[in-house]
Order: sequence, then C-alpha cells, then structure tokens
Amino acid sequence: MAKLLTYKEKGTWMENLCGVTKLIFFLSWTITCMLTYDTRVLAVMFVISLILFKLSKTSWDQVGSVFKVILVFMIINIVAIFVFAPDQGTKIYGTEHILYHWGGRWKVTSEQLFYELNVVLKYFTIVPSVFMFIITTNPSELAASLNRLGISYNIGYALAIALRYIPDVQDDFHKIKNAQEARGIEMSGKAKLADRIKSVAAIIFPLIFTSMDRIDTVSNAMELRGFGKHKKRTWYMGRRLAAGDYVVMIATLVFMIVALVITYYDGNRFYNPFV
Amino acid sequence: MKKFGIKEVVATGIGTALFVVLTQVQIPLGFIPNTSLQPRAAVLAFLAAVFGPVVGGIVGLLGHALGDAMFYGSIWWSWVFPDAVFGIAMGLFAKKFMIKEGGFAGKSIALFNAVQIVANVVAWIVVAPVLDILIYSEPANKVFVQGVFACLGNVIITAILGTLLGVGYTKIGAKSSSLSKED
Repeated sequence: MAKLLTYKEKGTWMENLCGVTKLIFFLSWTITCMLTYDTRVLAVMFVISLILFKLSKTSWDQVGSVFKVILVFMIINIVAIFVFAPDQGTKIYGTEHILYHWGGRWKVTSEQLFYELNVVLKYFTIVPSVFMFIITTNPSELAASLNRLGISYNIGYALAIALRYIPDVQDDFHKIKNAQEARGIEMSGKAKLADRIKSVAAIIFPLIFTSMDRIDTVSNAMELRGFGKHKKRTWYMGRRLAAGDYVVMIATLVFMIVALVITYYDGNRFYNPFV
Repeated sequence: MKKFGIKEVVATGIGTALFVVLTQVQIPLGFIPNTSLQPRAAVLAFLAAVFGPVVGGIVGLLGHALGDAMFYGSIWWSWVFPDAVFGIAMGLFAKKFMIKEGGFAGKSIALFNAVQIVANVVAWIVVAPVLDILIYSEPANKVFVQGVFACLGNVIITAILGTLLGVGYTKIGAKSSSLSKED
C-alpha cells in the first residue's frame, strides 16, 4: 500500500513561508509546466526544482515509495504514447529523421524521442514541487491564510476538515479492512472480478456509513458552537505575509511570465531543434 | 437551491477525505491493462446525489487533486476537472433522487443510473480527452481510448456500488418521510 505524503515539521525556511505563498508558487509552477513544451524552459525548471527540493530537506523515505509509483505510471504513459502515436513527434516538429524501422507504422524517429523526452521532463519538474508543497505546508495554516486572501472561510474550513480527517478516515479504512479480512474476505488478485467487487463493497459500505455519521457529529458540534454565525472569523494558525513571502511570490510570477514569453515567442509551445 | 451551510462544509471536507483515502482502492480489471474500476467514482456519485452539486463539484475537484498529489505525487489536471463535472452533474439531480428522504427506489434508481451514464460519458469521453489534447498535446487516439475505458469502468462501478450505497443509505438514513400520511 502506498504510503501517504504528509506534512512534517522540519523548521526549514520553506515551512515558515505562508501557506498561500506556497500555494501560489505551486499553482503557477504546475500551470507553467503544463503549458510549456519548450525544452529549454523545462530544463531550467527541472534544475530549479531539484535545487528547491534539496533545500526543503525532504528525505527519501518520505517520498520514496510514492516516487516509485510515479515512475511506473510515467513509463506506462510514455510507452502508450509510442504505441498509439509513433508519429506524434513528426506531426509536431514537421520533420522526420528515422532512426530505426519496426515495421508497420512503428518507426523510431528522433522527433518522437525528443517529444517523449519533453513528457518525461514535465514529470520530473512537477513531481518535486508537489512533494514540497505537501510536505512543507501545515494544513490549518493554509486554511487560515486562504481566508486572509479573501476566499470564503467556508471553503477554507472545508479544506481544513478534509486535510484534518484524511488520517482518520484512513485509520477507519484500515480497521474495517483488517476486520473484514479476519472474517475471510479475499482482497488479493486471486479472487474473481465479481468477488473482488463484493469484497471492496464489504469495506466501502461500513466506511461510508461511519463517515456519514461523522459528518452528522461534526456538523452538530460546529452548529452548537455557532459556526457560520458571523461573516468573519479569527484563526489560531493564521500568519501574516512577511517580506520573504512577497519575495517568493514576485519571483514566482516573474519567472512564470518570462517562461511563458520564451515559450510562445516563436508562435507555438514547442522548441524545435530540427529546423 | 440550498445555501452552503454547516452540513455542506463538513460533508465537503469529510467527503474529500473519503475520496482521497479511496484513491488507493482500485479493482484491476485484469483483461485490459492499466485500467481498473475505481470505487471512489461510485462514492463521489453517492455523495453528490446526497448533498448536491456544490459538494459534488468540490469533492471531485479537491479530492481528485489531493488524492493524486498524495498518492502519485503529480496532478493530471485534465483528469481532475472531469471529476468535478461529474460531481456537479450528479448533484444537480440530488433532489430528485430523494436518498436522504428515504425515497430512493424504482424510478429514482433508474434516474440515478441514467444521469450517471450521461455524466460519465460527458466527463470522460468529452471533457477529459479534450483537455488532454489542449493542455498536454497528447496524441488524440490514445487519450480517447483511455477516456472510453475510464468511462466504462466508472459507469460499471457506479451502477453497482453507487446504486447499492444509495439503497443502503436510504433505508437506514430515512429521516423525513419514514412516516406516511394516511388517506
């Protein structure tokens, strides 16, 4: 079972940044990475990610198991792209340099390899930023600073509850799963498909109904304490934006603009080394 | 439409947590590689059908993004939005399903499944592949094949698990209309 990434206190300067700053960095970073296919931009972003990742002092056992899962997905994805569209690279870059012919429409072209290299680079630029965001951000603090940004505190609270209850729900899930397994339910791949659906149902039903109860309990408790009575509320974990936050935000936005200008400068998202 | 009250805030939060946790529960189909039935889709359908479009949409969006980030470490945005679309679509008919009121049977079960099939088709065969092509420039035939399989898997699991969840909850959770008026 994949281990969940969670926030861990480490006392780095990244942790001391406001949650919102990190959210803005994270969103603009992933959006930039999503939009650009410019290999030069991606390469720079890749290097920056690695440096930041090093600075966040994230240890391998925090992210190792998740990272392996991502690698598997990435490999499946790049193989699938080749199987379904071996000429995608040629279509994008407009030229064709055949390196090896596999028969049929499957030929290895340098354009295709270059295109898939970009896809791989994208993975390696986004993944460290996600890791850092989750591992260095305190959920309660994030909810508080979202509200400070003008987002309705209902939304902030929903997010805080979600992050707060993920470990609890996961706990419930394991308890129920163990209990059902003790009763002899087969969860592994050996069972037939219909049986597997049945055994998953045996876990999901109790889990959902406990969660529905929990929704009632928590909302009653909040109602009794007068949640939602006033338009504003105060936060225990709230934090003011400091100088460091502004520096990071401005640097992020400048970087995003520069990266997108470079990307779209020649009219499309791709950097073409073939012409 | 009901406003976003306390119950909705909590349902969104805990629903998202549920969706995230269930990211790890996947039933491999076996005969088609790299596709699996995702029980979390059925849970999303159920939550949206009980709590309405706002809860459904946010749980889909936030749950998928958080779940992907926490389990896979990367967010595939073009597959996050379809889940939000699906949640909103299911939620729009929440009043008609009458799950909370204890009236989820016969006609509303049929409606539930009709809506989920249409919503799944729109989300996974239209929205997801189009976003894949627009955002990630992925090859068209690959993303449509993936979309079709995702849609099929979600329709199957929602039809089975989602319907059963609705039926189960409507029985124990019946609140307002467990009493019937005598003529």
